[in-house]
Amino acid sequence: MSDNSLAIRKFSDLANPTRFLALADRVLPWFAALTVLAFAAGLWLSFTTEGDYQQGETVRIMYVHVPSAWLSMMCYTLMAISALGTLVWRHPLADVSAKAAAPIGACFTFLALVTGSLWGKPMWGTWWVWDARLTSVFLLFLMYLGLMALNRAMDDPARSARVSAVLVLVGFVNIPIIKFSVEWWNTLHQPASVMRLDGPTIDPEFLWPLIIMAVGFTLLFFTLHIAAMRNEIWRRRVTSLRRQAARNAGRENLVP
Amino acid sequence: MMSLFFRDLKLSVRAGGGAMIGVLFFMTVVSVIPFGVGPDLNLLSRIGPAILWIGALLASLLGLDRLFQAEREDGSLDLMLMHETPLILTVFVKCAAHWAATGLPLVVASPFLALFMNMDEFAIGATMLTLLAGTPAITFIGAVGAAVAVALPRGGLLVSILVLPLAIPVLIFGVSAVYAAVEDPAPFLPPFMILMAITLFFAVIGPVAAAAALRHSAD
Repeated sequence: MSDNSLAIRKFSDLANPTRFLALADRVLPWFAALTVLAFAAGLWLSFTTEGDYQQGETVRIMYVHVPSAWLSMMCYTLMAISALGTLVWRHPLADVSAKAAAPIGACFTFLALVTGSLWGKPMWGTWWVWDARLTSVFLLFLMYLGLMALNRAMDDPARSARVSAVLVLVGFVNIPIIKFSVEWWNTLHQPASVMRLDGPTIDPEFLWPLIIMAVGFTLLFFTLHIAAMRNEIWRRRVTSLRRQAARNAGRENLVP
Repeated sequence: MMSLFFRDLKLSVRAGGGAMIGVLFFMTVVSVIPFGVGPDLNLLSRIGPAILWIGALLASLLGLDRLFQAEREDGSLDLMLMHETPLILTVFVKCAAHWAATGLPLVVASPFLALFMNMDEFAIGATMLTLLAGTPAITFIGAVGAAVAVALPRGGLLVSILVLPLAIPVLIFGVSAVYAAVEDPAPFLPPFMILMAITLFFAVIGPVAAAAALRHSAD
């Protein structure tokens, strides 16, 4: 068997929830340990490096703010890919992934908004401005909450997954708007300084802690996401077992 | 398709007065603002276009949950799903009828409400034009929300919550086009063109996504 077909088989093996649970049990401790290591290194670096000559100590907010903002967009992208998985390939775990990602994404978006406004008060002199970047991220937060409400509103997980997948894909329009908002409109928010075609313009002294913190946050995201997916699978099993039990109990009552 | 258009139009104009409720709500929202901010005519004429736009946006959200709900209740939605005309086209026609029944009256009512706001003729004309170009976009975005929430027993409020974030760009560019028209230095055409582009974009995306959601919520 060639490597390629083996890889495909590995991917479709994951469609079996039991196999996924076994895999999740195996990789979760590693992810958690790596997260702790990355956070330890990242936090130590971000507290020991010098403050900026202009921004002083408040520059350290960046090490939480920027990774959260990245993850808020990455999480929605992951949900959009999962939505494609639900609608196109009917992968049974895709809707579990999308549903589990929504609250985590909402948390990271909230964190980005809060740290941003904490940073904005000393730097810009105000907690909040209605500029393009802030407004579009706030709309992203509202969309996460709306998707969570939609997921809660329906009983049947299969149907709610397919319907909310449509909405996730429509809402994906917002992600490029967020990414390029600082370049399309002249706003208070600073333009991109790390993810640039001509290389990062940020000083290496700040870049390294930022990268390590970003890696730590990403690992944290995947740890939480896999754990949430596992919980969601278990919750569905419990629900179906309960339904089965209720059906059996009803049958016993009917037949004396 | 024409018969479907007129059927939907008649249903929403005659039965239950759904179309009139939108206009009444629009009037209520606009007339509440002066009580809130005070009867300062200069201030009102400055914020007038924005108030009209917000009122129109909220009023168009109000009737959205009825777009597919009644069809689902009496079973004609299943017939539409099985019909040989593409579902996307059916959804598009239903959206057009819905806009003609609820969006168009808002556009027609806006000059009269603009008088409350002490706006001059030029601003009134600009507001009407932008509303005419922008409210179809709200209907097409709303169709997605209505289709997503059609399976829910009480989806009305949820539709508004789901649709509002996506409809914000329409509001932004609608209002900025009016202000660009009223204030001389700012050019009117760029924001107006973007508004038209948003409408055309969602006229394509909206029916496709709504049809997909309807298909998936049916089985």
